[in-house]
Amino acid sequence: MAILDVRQLRKSFGALVAVDGVSFTLQAGQLVGLLGPNGAGKTTTVSMIAGLAAPDGGEVLIAGKRLAGDTDPGKRRVGLVPQDLALYEELSARENLRFFGALFGLSGGALDKAMASTLELVGLADRARDLVKTFSGGMKRRLNLAAGLLHDPDILLLDEPTVGVDPQSRNAIFDNLEALKRAGKALLYTTHYMEEAERLADRIVVIDHGKVIADDTLGGLQARVNVAGVAGVAGGAKANLETVFLTLTGRSLRD
Amino acid sequence: MAFTPLAAMVRKDLKLFFSDRRSVIVSFLVPIAIASFFGSLFNGPRTGEPAKINVMVVDQDDSAISKAIVAGFGADRNLKLTSAEAETARDSVRRGRTAVAVIVPKGFGEAAGAAFFGDGAKPQLEMLYDPSRATELAMVRGIMTQHVMEAVSKEMFGGAQGRKYVEQTLPQVESSATMSPQQKQLLLQMLRSVQGFYNQAPSGGGSSARGITMPYSVKEEAMTSGANVAYNGYAHSFAGMGIQFLLFAMANLGVEMLLERQRGLWKRLRSAPVSRLTLLAGKVLSGALISLMIVGVCFAFAMAVFGVRISGSVAGFAAVAVACALMASTFGVLVAALGNSPATARGVTTLAVLMMVMLGGAWVPTFIFPAWLQQFTLIVPVRWAVDGLDAMTWRGIGLSGAAAPVIALLGFAALFALVAAIRFRWEEA
Repeated sequence: MAILDVRQLRKSFGALVAVDGVSFTLQAGQLVGLLGPNGAGKTTTVSMIAGLAAPDGGEVLIAGKRLAGDTDPGKRRVGLVPQDLALYEELSARENLRFFGALFGLSGGALDKAMASTLELVGLADRARDLVKTFSGGMKRRLNLAAGLLHDPDILLLDEPTVGVDPQSRNAIFDNLEALKRAGKALLYTTHYMEEAERLADRIVVIDHGKVIADDTLGGLQARVNVAGVAGVAGGAKANLETVFLTLTGRSLRD
Repeated sequence: MAFTPLAAMVRKDLKLFFSDRRSVIVSFLVPIAIASFFGSLFNGPRTGEPAKINVMVVDQDDSAISKAIVAGFGADRNLKLTSAEAETARDSVRRGRTAVAVIVPKGFGEAAGAAFFGDGAKPQLEMLYDPSRATELAMVRGIMTQHVMEAVSKEMFGGAQGRKYVEQTLPQVESSATMSPQQKQLLLQMLRSVQGFYNQAPSGGGSSARGITMPYSVKEEAMTSGANVAYNGYAHSFAGMGIQFLLFAMANLGVEMLLERQRGLWKRLRSAPVSRLTLLAGKVLSGALISLMIVGVCFAFAMAVFGVRISGSVAGFAAVAVACALMASTFGVLVAALGNSPATARGVTTLAVLMMVMLGGAWVPTFIFPAWLQQFTLIVPVRWAVDGLDAMTWRGIGLSGAAAPVIALLGFAALFALVAAIRFRWEEA
């Protein structure tokens, strides 16, 4: 059984249909890359999975149970790493994690242990007591990841988690994600960086205009494009993901 | 409602508040400084002596009546009198150093005496005044009326001018062709009796002539918390400024909530299995605690330094303070619910808070407002907050005096919270 089962999700904002019947699944120990142009509906889809927005239609199943309501215990099995650096700059790393952990019901020794292990994982144990405002961009990104992991979720939703970080920090984040995958976590990863999806994703879901237009492994997507024949790709050579993406979603600009 | 997330939200907000030095200074020190200043203005004299009005007098007449008027002014406890020349007086008033200058023109005494009994032309006293000090002008006008009437009547009933007036009037009456013989006889009889009275009294009016005096005296009692307890203007100013700055602090709390949304922090909050009620309650509770600290620190300072006392009910004071704190913190949450962006919310709420505190009597007491405005301000929560704190401090009203303000403030708090819960943008997409 899939740990995350997204079924026919729909969401509109007035006349704009942002998500239109999106369905996909995510297995434990798997990383799915969620790709799409700007405004394709990725973030809205992630928001509905995280319980930030109520779907107009469809459902989100966490380990077979429908996610419903703000206080659904199923939300404890989901961790969110938002695109923004959602941290309190005037608090220390520990104080941030203590607060976010408490929101998920962690307290006392369990919270201390969780903070220690996540800070260790993201390489910030020695800066735990420093104010976040003194951190570099990369350190903030790693702490942002730690805050999503603190309550040991089965599913981690990562919304462009490497925006604006240097190659070293990005590599460290990739190492963290690969370690989490090995530990059996299910990861849903949205990004605009195709090479990240190529490196990390076991499967790739491409969304455009609120609909899933492809859901396959990297090899499967490449095979599709090769079959269709793409300008600039030599006979027998595999197209890279960017070429596949542009072939599927078109070259017109999206704002 | 889950306790752990609620406690964590309150703890976090308190830490953030106290980590911002500017907020702490604005919330605690600024209201104390401004309330101390306003309190010193409205407190009144602690010795029982009223503040004296600076008045200049120009005596161009130099008559017995004008001298008596100047002497009366000089002895008045409400005035600080200086004699000067007309040009000096005019310049002093223009420069704002003197509130009012009174010029007694030449011939005033004689003309006033004639006008007192007869139908002679009334002489003019010239009053030069600073138009920005109309209240002091009104006071000086009243005081002047009293002293002029005393001086003129005293002179006319017992002074040389009165004798001279009778002596001049007797032959006029005797030769009058317009009076009936009976009227003439009665008037001559009265004037000769007056002349006889003057002849028996020492020349110059004598000490027994008092003229017209006020036919009553006044016993004034300030209705404060008890007999012989002076009004402490600091109690009102600290209530007003405390409320003003806790509203500013809570408006800032609302703006901070909008900034939290802008920074994506509400995504984290909403992704946790925490109810909307807990999220709002956490904000309201932390805001209320900060508000209570502001009220507490302000009044502790006022008590220690300016002798403000909770002369009414301590429990009532605590209830009003808690109700104020809840009203203010729900106002902050309302700002977050209605605000589109931190920048616009900050501008609009600053205006809203200033309007509320102005209409609510935080700057000046509401009794100086027109009657219709006094009624209108009952819809302003600050009015109830200030009235409630006044009732529990210098007015010395018991627990019953806290009931209406507490109910009203809790009503406002419930209304603000309800609107905030309905209008708050819960979805984060």
